[in-house]
Amino acid sequence: MKDEDKVFKALADANRRKLLDRLYARNGQTLTELCKGLDMARQSVTQHLDLLEAANLIATVRQGREKLHYFNPVPVHAIYERWIGKEERQRLTALADFKRKMEANDHE
Amino acid sequence: MNDAKFVYVIYIAAKPEKVFEALIDGEMTRQYWFHDNVSDWKPGSRWEHRHLDGEKQARVVGKVLECTPPKRLVLSWASPENEADRSKYSRVTLEVEPVADMVRLTVTHEELEPGSDMLRGISGGWPRVLSSLKSFLETGKPLDIMASKK
Repeated sequence: MKDEDKVFKALADANRRKLLDRLYARNGQTLTELCKGLDMARQSVTQHLDLLEAANLIATVRQGREKLHYFNPVPVHAIYERWIGKEERQRLTALADFKRKMEANDHE
Repeated sequence: MNDAKFVYVIYIAAKPEKVFEALIDGEMTRQYWFHDNVSDWKPGSRWEHRHLDGEKQARVVGKVLECTPPKRLVLSWASPENEADRSKYSRVTLEVEPVADMVRLTVTHEELEPGSDMLRGISGGWPRVLSSLKSFLETGKPLDIMASKK
């Protein structure tokens, strides 16, 4: 499989995206920490993490007996570079800020 | 405690020697990073990451902690205004490993102060710099990374 296909395949699963969200919120977690509060068997978390690592979306670092997982944003950045032109970036950021503000007001 | 840490990994179709050279050769860093990395790269020596504008101001300064070509480069890292304050230093390890006919470049940036400007700066910065380095080494053309900064 091409590296790029691995990235899109890895991202096409809600549980794997949830694992990335959790690492994005707090980088450098162990398997046990990542399993906490998740409705997934430890075994399937391990499989998801392996797939994410094969797609280079996470990097692992050994620390003593523990293995820490880090979100690697490099492949996601490559997707961004591919389709977002440099002249569009500021306008898109402004648009995203606007959406966030409008939706926050809705909840007041 | 300065314990924020990030790990970035990129695969580049190039020789380890070439990738390592691209990290420490100012003539090369200016082409994809738009800054000169300047030092004699001896352990204990000072290094500077200088902007290319008229004044060539250093944007990052620090010490070379380890330089083992073409495998490992470890740098201390601070903004020039914090140079005297040891507590503001972070640490960057660049590791180059051959994998099949490619190179796996791992950047570990650690001992970062949570909530600091440096932390904000690097978390968008490294993926952009690494993509540009990959593009530069594989195609001869960098990404226009400066244009995407405000």
